[in-house]
Amino acid sequence: MGQDIQVEFDRAADGTGDVLRLVGRLTVNTVTEVHAKLQGIELHHPLVVDVGEVSRMDTAGAWLLSDLEARLAATGRTIEVRNTSPESTLVLDSVRRAMPKKEEPVPGPRGFFALLEATGQAVVAGTGFLLELTGYLGLFFARLGRVMRHPTELRLTALVAHAEDVGFRAVPIVALMAFLIGVVLAFQGSAQLRQFGAEVFVVDLIAISVLRELGILLTAIIVAGRTASAFTAAIGSMKMREEIDAMRTLGLDPATVLFLPRILALLLMLPILGLIANIMGLFGGALMAWIDLGISPSMFRARLIEGTDAAHVFVGLVKAPVFALIIGVVGCHAGMQVKGNAESLGRMTSNAVVTAIFAVIVADALFSIFFAQVGL
Amino acid sequence: MNQNAQAEPVIRVRGLKNQFGSHVVHQDLDLDVYRGEILGVVGGSGTGKSVLLRSITGLQQPAAGSIEVLGVDVLSRDEAARETLDDRWGVMFQDGALFSSLTVRENVEIPMRSIPGLSPTIRRDLADLKISMVGLPYLAGDKYPAELSGGMRKRAGLARALALDPEIVFLDEPTAGLDPIGAAAFDTLIGNLSRSLGLTVFLVTHDLDTLHAICDRISVLAERKVLVAGSLEDMLKVDHPWVREYFHGPRARAAFDGPTSDTASGEE
Repeated sequence: MGQDIQVEFDRAADGTGDVLRLVGRLTVNTVTEVHAKLQGIELHHPLVVDVGEVSRMDTAGAWLLSDLEARLAATGRTIEVRNTSPESTLVLDSVRRAMPKKEEPVPGPRGFFALLEATGQAVVAGTGFLLELTGYLGLFFARLGRVMRHPTELRLTALVAHAEDVGFRAVPIVALMAFLIGVVLAFQGSAQLRQFGAEVFVVDLIAISVLRELGILLTAIIVAGRTASAFTAAIGSMKMREEIDAMRTLGLDPATVLFLPRILALLLMLPILGLIANIMGLFGGALMAWIDLGISPSMFRARLIEGTDAAHVFVGLVKAPVFALIIGVVGCHAGMQVKGNAESLGRMTSNAVVTAIFAVIVADALFSIFFAQVGL
Repeated sequence: MNQNAQAEPVIRVRGLKNQFGSHVVHQDLDLDVYRGEILGVVGGSGTGKSVLLRSITGLQQPAAGSIEVLGVDVLSRDEAARETLDDRWGVMFQDGALFSSLTVRENVEIPMRSIPGLSPTIRRDLADLKISMVGLPYLAGDKYPAELSGGMRKRAGLARALALDPEIVFLDEPTAGLDPIGAAAFDTLIGNLSRSLGLTVFLVTHDLDTLHAICDRISVLAERKVLVAGSLEDMLKVDHPWVREYFHGPRARAAFDGPTSDTASGEE
């Protein structure tokens, strides 16, 4: 569709001047073709470009001519554009004025020292991140202490709302997850233990692994995915819309208004969710043991009470408040790091989830070592 | 030049009706935009200025009416007509609407990628030219939208809208959120580009200074239609409560009586 352009080149015999005649449309559609053709022509002499028969010239065409002018002028040769139409003159003039001067961006440092610097900065940033998290934890405890002295400052409505969101609404997913874990443990355990004729120990296997580790750990991971992201998204979008700054100017403390109800709700709800997970895990395990191994529910119960120490339940649930603090503090901290744009909100939200899950697993490992040392 | 320009409407809107649920935004709205002019569309909040822009650019399906842009029926156009039309107009959204994962230069290159046979090096040089034409420094091309100020983002958005030398550019509140100096510079930029590239500009604005400095004609949206259209002088004579308040209010007096001749110098 009108993409034709002809390039005619006449070399003057006496070397006084060459004439380049362009016919057709000199537009963004044809500029590559003309550019390629010009590369094949040796431009030695003063050059006249005749655009009298160019039916349309857009900024791309004008750029081609301006670029040619600039390149020839750099080597001391002259160029004259002839027979421009009034419209082309306007375009050509504005393009000539706007021709960008290329600048090289300042190159960043490279090599060993850059690597060293990047490593150092990463270490400093990581340390700073841990310090900040500790700071937020301290802030939470400080506000908690304050609220205990002045109970009227506690936002009870917010606390209940968050407790519903964090706890009550998470019950179905947590219960289902724990039930399935119980089923899987019973199924896998029975397959192994049957080889030794020790099917009945599947009860101990389920009870100890669910009560001690899996029930609370998997609950915390699900809550980290659900709640840490929700905290970050909520606080981060408030940060983006300057609501946090508005609060500060109105004399409201973001830590009391935003962090305290959220983390406190999590602190109250996570042990309850862990308990539900424990019960559902045992239930799933008992069901599967009954179906697969023929261990009746009453036998399961008898074996459970006889073979499993109550300390296992304690060891499991005592971790819940710590996990809750980790998830809540990481979520709130990430929300406060959100900058004014939507990408940082998305990035911080996924960061919060990854950090919270990772920190929960690290804490769980530390607990394991601790309990092994004290012999619980 | 306005004499023969008046002959050819490049945008023709007839009987446009837009409604959201039971809320009617436009009813029997008629609008003409002529080649080469800068049309300012004004109106109170909620009179559907942006909805009109979105309707004309095909982003919003109206309930009734016909819209023709450059002789193409926007509402019933087929895929091929749509593609050619997309190359012949450019839209600058309020905050630039730059793709945040691309640098400014890559953003400006995006429309040019649809040109068959355009070599990547030339595309890059042309993008640099557009970036320079809207008054951004050369190194701004390597930056990401998040690293730019609001005014620079708007300029980059304009550079992307101008990438393929469109015949019409739609500007949604080009000076909103800019400081007076930046806004005046942007006005001058639009005026100069319009004149030197022969652009037709459809401009939604609240800015009285912009109307005064660069707009050839003004259309006032009120009572669900284009209430009046004409030059600024015509507007000053209109006897309608909203129009009178708008063009005779204290801010309008300050804008029209003040020494703004330097930004208006381009007009004959």
